[in-house]
Amino acid sequence: MNKNLIIAGLAVFVIAVLSPFWFNLVTVTQAAPKPELLGKAKTEKKCVLDKYDMRANHMSLLDEWRVSVVRDADRMYTAANGHSFNMSLSTGENSCLGCHEDKEKFCDSCHTYASVSPYCWECHTNPKEIQ
Amino acid sequence: MMKKSRRSFLKVAGIAAIGLGAAPAMTFAASDSHGAAQAVKGKNQEALSAHRWGMVIDTSKLNEEVAKNITEACHRNHNVPDFNHEVDEEKYPNTRPTNPKQEIKWIWEEHFNYAFPDMEDEFLVEKFKHLGFPVTCNHCKNAPCVQACPTQATFKREDGIVLMDFHRCIGCRFCMAACPYGARSFNFRDPRPFIAETVPEFPTRSKGVVEKCNLCAERLAKGQMPHCVEASEGAIVVGDLEDPESEVRVLLNENYSIRRKQSLGTEPSVYYVV
Repeated sequence: MNKNLIIAGLAVFVIAVLSPFWFNLVTVTQAAPKPELLGKAKTEKKCVLDKYDMRANHMSLLDEWRVSVVRDADRMYTAANGHSFNMSLSTGENSCLGCHEDKEKFCDSCHTYASVSPYCWECHTNPKEIQ
Repeated sequence: MMKKSRRSFLKVAGIAAIGLGAAPAMTFAASDSHGAAQAVKGKNQEALSAHRWGMVIDTSKLNEEVAKNITEACHRNHNVPDFNHEVDEEKYPNTRPTNPKQEIKWIWEEHFNYAFPDMEDEFLVEKFKHLGFPVTCNHCKNAPCVQACPTQATFKREDGIVLMDFHRCIGCRFCMAACPYGARSFNFRDPRPFIAETVPEFPTRSKGVVEKCNLCAERLAKGQMPHCVEASEGAIVVGDLEDPESEVRVLLNENYSIRRKQSLGTEPSVYYVV
């Protein structure tokens, strides 16, 4: 008698505890959107770091760039892969937005999905939005 | 079963420990000798440099129009808001009315009495009674704002420019209290509605940060002279104060010049040839 009760209780417990997994099995999870490479970024195929490093560490890289530009007045970054870049988010051809032309499809698509709101654009301007 | 003495066990354990430690040491040594290329940060080739940047303003070449052009060139190119600008209601609905006390300025005109209060003179030369003196951040050698800043958002660069890292500014305004020249302005509100035409080469600021003249550090890095110099028709010269051959030093050698509030000991780097 007790044995049955205990087993039944355990079964309920396991089902309840693992409910998030059951939920995910039943529902369809939305995959993270891929940043779209458009225009120059699509043809150039040479970013500062390789794709996976860039995805994981672009924020640290931008932070490093900011310190270098503002504090040390060093504005030219020659990456380990030999290409050089203008350390700037949005000014000029050789900056981030100079290559990744569409901020909405490149920056915002992931940031919105991940629910992060970096405050870059409170000051920095998207050259496309100005026009 | 084999019986092991404590002695032989310790021997084997010691050798094993050396072996375990060797692997990371080997990879470290290997990566040091022929590792991947490292990223290098450097200056643009055409960048201008100096030991200490300074500015000489020749008051004989100043007039109302030149002074106006200087301010306009600087403010337009640095996206400095103009509170007299009509706000685009569609883009920025419900914008509060402006308060002229909260205006933002990088370089502006000041009367002699206010620019040089310790040189007030009953019989001041006539032409100075009405002339607007362009005043801006003096990029002092002993900058009080740098000492006051609790976050090191304001700092002195090696080449003498007193610069701001807007990212770091927390808006405490200690620097504004410390600056004896009133060269700093605080963004009491989002400046964007008051920028007639945003220049993409320079960011705007956000609400809650202090801003001031940066001696066009972004232009010097590209080998160009500051906007004020270009707009001044020769009235403003920027150069290296530590180089006796430089244009600014030649000008200072040949002419009598004054600085603002010298008695305070801030050692301004902006000179006025009178």
